[in-house]
Amino acid sequence: MVKTLNLAYSYVNGAEIAFPDIELTPGEHLLVIGPSGVGKTTLLYLLAGLLPPLRGTISIAGTELNSLTRKELDNFRGKHIGIVFQQYHFIKSLNVSDNLRLRQSFPENANDKQRRHELSERLGLTEYLNEKVMSLSQGQQQRLSIALGMIHRPQLILADEPTSNLDDMNCVKVIDLLKEEAEICKSSLLIITHDLRVMSHFQNRVML
Amino acid sequence: MKLSYLAYRNMVSKPLNLLLSLLLLLLSVSLVTFVIQVSKQLDGQLSKNIAPFDMVVGAKGSPLQLVLSSVLHIDVPTGNIKLKEVAAIQRHPFIQTTIPVSYGDNYKGYRILGTETGYLDLYNAQLMEGKLYEKSFEVVAGSTVAQKLGLKVGDNFVSSHGLASSGGEAHDDHPFVITGILKSTGTVVDQLLISNLESIWEVHDHGEDGHQEGEGGTLEEQEEEKEITSLLVKFKSPLGMVQLPRFINENTSMQAALPGFEVQRLMGLLGSGAQTVNGIAFVILLVSGLSIFISLLKTIRERRQELALLRIYGLRTGQLLWLALLEGLLLAAIGFLSGWFVGRLGIWAVSRYTQDSYGYGLQVTGPDKMEFLLLGLTLGIALMAALLASRSIFKLNVAKTLSDA
Repeated sequence: MVKTLNLAYSYVNGAEIAFPDIELTPGEHLLVIGPSGVGKTTLLYLLAGLLPPLRGTISIAGTELNSLTRKELDNFRGKHIGIVFQQYHFIKSLNVSDNLRLRQSFPENANDKQRRHELSERLGLTEYLNEKVMSLSQGQQQRLSIALGMIHRPQLILADEPTSNLDDMNCVKVIDLLKEEAEICKSSLLIITHDLRVMSHFQNRVML
Repeated sequence: MKLSYLAYRNMVSKPLNLLLSLLLLLLSVSLVTFVIQVSKQLDGQLSKNIAPFDMVVGAKGSPLQLVLSSVLHIDVPTGNIKLKEVAAIQRHPFIQTTIPVSYGDNYKGYRILGTETGYLDLYNAQLMEGKLYEKSFEVVAGSTVAQKLGLKVGDNFVSSHGLASSGGEAHDDHPFVITGILKSTGTVVDQLLISNLESIWEVHDHGEDGHQEGEGGTLEEQEEEKEITSLLVKFKSPLGMVQLPRFINENTSMQAALPGFEVQRLMGLLGSGAQTVNGIAFVILLVSGLSIFISLLKTIRERRQELALLRIYGLRTGQLLWLALLEGLLLAAIGFLSGWFVGRLGIWAVSRYTQDSYGYGLQVTGPDKMEFLLLGLTLGIALMAALLASRSIFKLNVAKTLSDA
């Protein structure tokens, strides 16, 4: 599903960073854990095709990212990859429902109403669908952020520090939600974190 | 979801920015369309009204006033001329047609023009109902007059002295009778009540008789003293245009004015006014472009993270650019449309006023060619502004923008 080989990245200041090879089978969950500043977020953007690797290859769902044109890469990312951010990013001029709809619309103009309803139902967002995103509580924004990462049934869900702002109880809740939802849409899940509380929830781990 | 919907939501999410840019656009577009329409329609109406005549002969005074009063029926006449004096002109070989006109009375503000029926032929005025006037105090009504005053064939009315409805004594011993109503011609004829020359003379002779009895003189003397307000002339040969006006102005106590020349002069004067207004409107248009630029520049900066998020969603850089351009174009289109409607509203309002005061109305028409050009210009300026404002989209570093939050 996800396979990286000899992956390395060079920062603007010339510093190089090499990543251990990662391999992830379809539907499998993987935790990438390491302290701050070792390039965890860089790895995430490399996997999402938003940063060009210095060397090495990334293949996702049988597609070699290097082989894609920019346009194909954008389409590929839109279709097959979902990202759950540490900080929540929404389109503020759209309401909750339209934020979800927007995520479904690219690159293929899909509008799966049923998927929106079942996902918001499970994440407890149904009654807030017509609210402005900025009027949601922290917890609701967290759940919307998760929903936006998987509403389009991506093959790969990348979660960037999904728990770092949460207390222990909510941390467990979010981990469970992510795992559950990833299983429902049969996506591979790759969580990148420095949060040691998450360790015990995953057998499959890579240390950076 | 279409990008245009997102552009629309983005646009309305900043109502104050939107309002400012829209108001500026509205102001400039309404000014330009208003001025274009007024000068175009005025030019059209004046040309149509002067078309039948090449020259006007009347009492000395301002040539523009003579044309305005005798051909366009806006101003007051420069005075009267003796009928016998124009007889020589009427026989001149360069001349094709002459129409004497005389006026001085009105009915409820609409002028009563004494003239020959040939006047109606020159304007292609046809009867809608009834018949032409045959004897004195019979009158045909132009379509606007008939409509506004609700006149019907067979109606009687009493004229009052002067050209404006207010003041002036009523000539109540000489009622006019309507024998016909004219079809609309789109010319000044629509605004007139037309009878023969004798009606005008008799109304006033009688008036004088009433005051100064016994001084009328013999019938022959009266005939000699017959006056008209002016003589409208159509030339047979273009040479007439060159020779006759000068001849009349230098050798008679009358003056000759060329309607084409005077109207051109008038439009020239109005034209420079129109150009000034257009210039101001164009500056406002540029300022509205600047306002679009500034507000887009600001919102694109504020929305850097949202733009980066859209890249995560699979949008290409080109699509982000298109999103920003759409927002600018949408705003320009709405501004143009509302400005266009306000401009037309202005035409309608001004038309009501001028129709009442001068008898000249303006038509509220559909868009014309110049306005499509203006639409192009407006969209072009908005597009430029949006392009300049969205240059930073090309330099958007998605990874950095999203992790710096």
